[in-house]
Amino acid sequence: MLKLNNVTAGYGSTTILHGISLDVNEGEIVTIVGGNGAGKSTTLRTISSLINPTSGSIEFEGRDITKMAAHKVVELGITMVPEARQLFPEMTVLENLQMGSFTKVARPRYKEKLDEVLTLFPRVAERLSQEAQSLSGGEQQMVAIARGMMSCPKLMLFDEPSLGLAPIVVTQVFDVVKKIAASGTTVLIVEQNVFQTLQIADRGYVIENGEISMNGPAQELMGNDHIRKAYLGI
Amino acid sequence: MDLIFTNLVNGLMLGALYAIVSVGLTLVFGIVKVINFAHGEFLMVAMFLVFFATAYFGVHPYVTLVVVLPLIFGLGMLVQRVLIEPLQDSDEHIMIFATVGLSIAMINLMLMLFGPDIYSTPSSGLRTVVDMGPAMFLTGQLNILIAAIALVGGIHLFLTRTQLGRAIRATGQNRAAAQLMGINVSWVYMVTFGIGVSCVGLAAVLIAPLYPTSPEVGQYFVLLSFVVVVMGGLGSISGALLAAMIIGIVDAFAGFYLGANVKDLVVFGIFLLVLIFRPQGLFGGARNMSHVS
Repeated sequence: MLKLNNVTAGYGSTTILHGISLDVNEGEIVTIVGGNGAGKSTTLRTISSLINPTSGSIEFEGRDITKMAAHKVVELGITMVPEARQLFPEMTVLENLQMGSFTKVARPRYKEKLDEVLTLFPRVAERLSQEAQSLSGGEQQMVAIARGMMSCPKLMLFDEPSLGLAPIVVTQVFDVVKKIAASGTTVLIVEQNVFQTLQIADRGYVIENGEISMNGPAQELMGNDHIRKAYLGI
Repeated sequence: MDLIFTNLVNGLMLGALYAIVSVGLTLVFGIVKVINFAHGEFLMVAMFLVFFATAYFGVHPYVTLVVVLPLIFGLGMLVQRVLIEPLQDSDEHIMIFATVGLSIAMINLMLMLFGPDIYSTPSSGLRTVVDMGPAMFLTGQLNILIAAIALVGGIHLFLTRTQLGRAIRATGQNRAAAQLMGINVSWVYMVTFGIGVSCVGLAAVLIAPLYPTSPEVGQYFVLLSFVVVVMGGLGSISGALLAAMIIGIVDAFAGFYLGANVKDLVVFGIFLLVLIFRPQGLFGGARNMSHVS
């Protein structure tokens, strides 16, 4: 479904990704784990075209999206739930959800999707008329995920969805990601919370200093000595 | 007593004019994050358009709106696409130089083409005095007040009730997130800049029959609009409306009782007081300046 071939990318003259290759198959939950600054978020930002690769290529459903504008990528069915939520702070929760279904593809399915996300997130349903910035961190993360779902994605990218949340909320977030995948959306998730992520993922990639150092089924990675030492602290 | 009322009414109408000009300026600032120092020059170009359209086609000045608005809107989109967008990620000082440069270029282009002369658009009955007992004003002024109310109300509805309007606000509040929603932000910026300068297109149609047109006319009207925008809180439309009315009324009273020479002293004195005691402006949020509602 998604294929990255030897992608190099960065900000200005700083190269962060030194030739990343990975693929995600339809229906999978794939995770990219790694430490701070390893290039996890940059990988997702490159896939969603917020930054353009300096070399290499990205393919989605057989189409080359390497140089495609960010808003076009969304129309193809790739939606990112960005790090730190990135809601529209002074718009209401409902307006944030409306922005989620901005694309031509998503707009006709607005009502149906709204029902779906409000059933999944009853707390969000109670807060529809509130400004997004007045919500707690956990509620904001739920709105960010709901907003992402509104755009009817085939592939959802999650950038550190558990960051800065209370442990109980973290568990809820992972439950929601599992539910989204179970309903047929493919998931690529980037996390520093390696243990919980590997538990819900099918496959994983380990990224270190902008390169993939290891990859394989999530169960296998969880049993790997290097990973247990470096990321799981066991 | 009569004079107080007349001054109040005149102040409101002057304020309405500042409001129309300022709403466009504050919208562009709030969303595109550019201080458009050439805002007044768009007004000037639009006033010339009104002058020539009325002179050549012999139509009522208000009728020229159907030509002036699309032309100014298109010119605004062009400026955003060609001048502002390539500089959008660079230092904000560069953007200031760019719009100041555009302003100087536009003034001098018009000076080259038409000279420093004054052009008078026919008043077409808009300078008729309406005598409403205690207050006296011109019909053209009353129309400015009506237009200002309609414009501010219309822009508010547009920004809150339409999908494009919400996309504009979303882009102003978080550009990257807007892109992730599938919003073409470069298009949104062009439309916003177009709408912003269309406000002075509207202002031009309303004031050309009342004030003479010249290449420097934009400077005259827009200086106070910058005061209005900062005083109302950068990016706030309701703040701009309130500040415009305050400035308009102060301007009218100070001009009448203290004389034209002293009135700017009073206006800018009040402006300084606002800056000292409420530096974020009357409606400006302390957190960020992307607030548009």
